[in-house]
Amino acid sequence: MTGSAGGEPAGGEPAKERHRHLLSVSELGAEGIEEVLRVSDAFVEVGRRAIPKVPALRGRTIVTLFAEQSTRTRLSFETAAKRLSADVLSFSVDSSSVKKGESLRDTVETVAAMGVDAFVVRHASAGAPAAVARWVDASVVNAGDGWHEHPTQALLDCYTIREALAERAGHPVESVGVECFAGLRVAIVGDVRHSRVARSLILALGALGSVVTLVAPGSLLPPSLEGWRVADVSYDLDAVLPDVDVCYLLRLQTERGTGAFLPSVREYSASYGLTSRRAARLRDDALVMHPGPMNRGVEIADDVAELPRSVVLRQVSNGVAVRMAVLFMLLASPGAGAAPGLARSLGVDGA
Amino acid sequence: MAERERRLTPPRGGVFVPRVQVLSGQDVQRALTRIAHEIVERNRGLEDLVLVGLQTGGVPLAFRIASALEEVEGTAVPVGLLDVAFYRDDIGIRPVLPEAATDIPGDLAGHLVVLVDDVLFTGRTVRAALNALADYGRARAVQLAVMVDRGHRELPIRPDYVGKNMPTRIDEQVDVSLDGVVLGDVVPR
Repeated sequence: MTGSAGGEPAGGEPAKERHRHLLSVSELGAEGIEEVLRVSDAFVEVGRRAIPKVPALRGRTIVTLFAEQSTRTRLSFETAAKRLSADVLSFSVDSSSVKKGESLRDTVETVAAMGVDAFVVRHASAGAPAAVARWVDASVVNAGDGWHEHPTQALLDCYTIREALAERAGHPVESVGVECFAGLRVAIVGDVRHSRVARSLILALGALGSVVTLVAPGSLLPPSLEGWRVADVSYDLDAVLPDVDVCYLLRLQTERGTGAFLPSVREYSASYGLTSRRAARLRDDALVMHPGPMNRGVEIADDVAELPRSVVLRQVSNGVAVRMAVLFMLLASPGAGAAPGLARSLGVDGA
Repeated sequence: MAERERRLTPPRGGVFVPRVQVLSGQDVQRALTRIAHEIVERNRGLEDLVLVGLQTGGVPLAFRIASALEEVEGTAVPVGLLDVAFYRDDIGIRPVLPEAATDIPGDLAGHLVVLVDDVLFTGRTVRAALNALADYGRARAVQLAVMVDRGHRELPIRPDYVGKNMPTRIDEQVDVSLDGVVLGDVVPR
């Protein structure tokens, strides 16, 4: 943590200013995740104020570059950036020169030449944010790349879980560290194969010592689970539900095609949808989570989404605070004099 | 903010080596009791008073002043906590992260706020705190209480209540706790 004085002397570091990125949860480790959650606490407090805005990133420019549709993630990042007093340029590929045939690289370099401190990148291709990080002299945040990762979603999910556990125990959230995740039983249900959310969340929960069970039809599981920190795989949601602390439902990604993977959406819903009858099998204090947007009546029933144990809307509101924390941590520290814990936890691109 | 200063003294932190004990724990307690009396005298009571301790060094001092005020006047005074990280003017120049919780009791509009910190040095922390307070409403007035004023101001800020005026060299370090005030040096690791 940054509380420890010192750190390594600056000697030997490249002269070029270094930028920190958040491309994958795996760069963070348990320590890095804890640091993000701790800084998020401070931004949750900011969000409760009458004027939920701080001057922390005044004069910085953040570009949201979304080459795939998104409402909540984009708005969440833009709200976060604005609440940090950064200037936000919103760039959507649909309405840009990319349509005229300009390559992503040319577009990104052009925008970067206007003087940008951070790019928030969503792209249908895995690895696109990492490529942008190599091209530009700025920090890059992965806001979802293909089936690869969606790190800020996993971080806000962790924040929401920690907050709910703290509340249940009657402790202030600031006093609860990441040890609350150790041994926590989490079922991740549904379309794991196509889900960058699941990938990032499994990495985060794995680093924090939670016990993850995947529940999905075989066709919606990744071809291989080698290297995934998953305790168990089940095809029977009813059997898993009574034993879990968190039931995390994934969106059935119908836009990626269901035909090859599922006989029918209705059949999926019958076996893997969290109906109210199924939800009754959950323990009273189990959490129901969903990254949104929800397909009501498919992976989650209407009345379940409204249940008090559903923390779906808390996920959304915490998302702004967690993204403020990520942007602040990436942009607030000077390149050369980076806080040692942060430099270690957020991937440092020596370039 | 002795802790923060110590951690961030160039090049990047160091070890605090104590040299002289300037005040004992008892001296600190006496100074806080005196400050409590001065607050009551100057404001003719405790009406609308809110103490705000700056994280992290000012917080235990603020709670001590609050209990001294309660002893003197028999009224409980609300204590708020404030971390000024997001308002600092050195963001991007040196590592700045919030260190502890901010918790301001309600709207400050119309209240008399007494900011409490351990060491007044450049005045930049207090400047940040004033900006932060403004986001919680327009206080009727803001006053400043510090345990140690060590000089070397870089902004036009002065304290209203001082535990001890203590001339220092700019490279020295002042460590304040409820156990006393110690003057020392920071040596690189």
